Amino acid sequence: MTWYNRAKPPLGKGEKRGVPEGLFIKCEGCGEMIYAGEFEAAWRVCKKCGKHHILPGRRRIGLLLDEGTFVESDASVQAVDVLKFRDTKRYRDRIKAAQKESGEADAIICGSGRLNGWEVELAAFEFGFMGGSMGVVVGEKIARAGERAVVRKCPLIIVSCSGGARMQEGTFSLMQMAKTAVVIEEMRDAKLPYISVLAHPTAGGVTASFAMLGDVIIAEPDALICFAGPRVIEQTIRQKLPEGFQRSEFLLEHGFVDLISKRSDLKKNIAALIGHMSANIPPENRPPQQ
Amino acid sequence: MTIAFLDFEKRILELENKLDELRSLSKLQDADFSSEIRKMRKKLKQVKMETFSRLSRWQKTQLARHPARPYAIDYIKELAPDFVELQGDRLFGVGPSIVAGFGTMESRSVMFIGIQKGRDIKEKMYRNFGMPHPEGYRKALRLMKLAEKFSKPVVTLLDTPGAYPGIGAEERGQAEAVARNLMEMAALRVPIVCVITGEGGSGGALALGVGNRVLMFEHSVYSVISPEGCAAILWKDQSKVEEAAEALALTSRDLLENKIIDEIVREPVGGAHRNPMLAAHVLKRVLRRTLGELSALSPEEIVGQRRKKFRDMGVFFEQLQEK
Repeated sequence: MTWYNRAKPPLGKGEKRGVPEGLFIKCEGCGEMIYAGEFEAAWRVCKKCGKHHILPGRRRIGLLLDEGTFVESDASVQAVDVLKFRDTKRYRDRIKAAQKESGEADAIICGSGRLNGWEVELAAFEFGFMGGSMGVVVGEKIARAGERAVVRKCPLIIVSCSGGARMQEGTFSLMQMAKTAVVIEEMRDAKLPYISVLAHPTAGGVTASFAMLGDVIIAEPDALICFAGPRVIEQTIRQKLPEGFQRSEFLLEHGFVDLISKRSDLKKNIAALIGHMSANIPPENRPPQQ
Repeated sequence: MTIAFLDFEKRILELENKLDELRSLSKLQDADFSSEIRKMRKKLKQVKMETFSRLSRWQKTQLARHPARPYAIDYIKELAPDFVELQGDRLFGVGPSIVAGFGTMESRSVMFIGIQKGRDIKEKMYRNFGMPHPEGYRKALRLMKLAEKFSKPVVTLLDTPGAYPGIGAEERGQAEAVARNLMEMAALRVPIVCVITGEGGSGGALALGVGNRVLMFEHSVYSVISPEGCAAILWKDQSKVEEAAEALALTSRDLLENKIIDEIVREPVGGAHRNPMLAAHVLKRVLRRTLGELSALSPEEIVGQRRKKFRDMGVFFEQLQEK
């Protein structure tokens, strides 16, 4: 036994004392390791670079609605595979897998609740369910949310976070663009406020229907908001796209969103705007008088 | 007329050439080939019927894109010879992929709006291959409002690969232009009849497709995405276009079955490009009947019918809970 023999077992063998799975999150913007609890408490916004990560639909509801006021609607509406669509997998199997993975029935969660005291109808996309794609279920639930808002005379808020129309439902999914636009038109007719919030990413048939029709359109910082995706455009025109193209700030500059709001200010901003657009909202849907 | 033939059109071309030969031969030699000609014509008809009743969805897509297929201007000229084109969105530009204006169809004043692909290279460039920019959609909307102001019906003729995906189009709000048209068309107080004449390319077609009646030519297609795009995204393999076309169920018959369209406009055997005049004539007859039916409705009924039609699109499953 020589003097340089190790008395202790070498490092890196035996019990690993590394980072437990899921305890830290790596920021997609700056690469900073953020303690998961802190990351969630900050609604998935990086404390260092301010990157807004995708927020699951349920957490979005938690962000916007007063605690304990949310009542979900249409939770049991589910997709039907009318076309028996099959690509590399069957659409039916994709739905089942997405339901298991996301814990949601489809790509949107709808219901009512109070937002700083204002009674609202809220629809929040779940990006974890097939990229938040819009098929018949999403179209139907948005339409019903709008119709409830008209009947109950309250504001409608839709938080979009979606790759666009769901190809697996063919032309049925295309028609949801018209379906949702019809109901937004009824909101306009009823002179009730509709606020469209665009989170990263909002694309295709979602952008080109209800998402761009808000009385007020609010974007989260640096969200990709587009009709045709950057890859499609690059392939079509065979040029590199300019820096910041199709990001929130680009849309603001070109006049297509009203304001960019940090996630931490979102609730406050929406509440203030509803206040200004509340001429046709009855007392029971307003915040109680102090 | 020279016709660029698709694979499955070749056999028909051969037979047609033989028939022409026989005819010229009989004239030249003053001989009687009439029984041969009759036989040949019968065979030609049979082959045409067989070929065109058994097209796959991908073949139908190719037919819908056939370079000799009549385009919007071809139809409009036949439907309303006095057509006056009106241009510009009053905001930015002309929007040349879309042709629009008033015309008289059998003493009825109609606002025609059509997407134009362009026949030769020069026109194709000018029309941007039938892929409208936001200006085109905004011009169309301006003119639909004009029609509404004077209580005239709107007829749209749709044939587009899709709304143009480019830098300028995004900068000027392609998504907003499409979205606004959907909403404003839903509320328009005059009848709207939409006809897919060739390619119904996704949102780019739907942006002019919110009508009281939606018709499709027999060999046209209407889809949320092109078979090429779908194959690239879902199969990650550009060569799977045939599978993608089958899966997307994009033919006129599929869409009638799924109650997304109201009616199929029959085409001459072999497709509209084999006899554009006849195709336009059939369309005129269908439009006459359809506009006649819709003219009996009040503006409120027109709006109500259109709203309900699109509100109810799609099938879903719901577990009804006791309240």
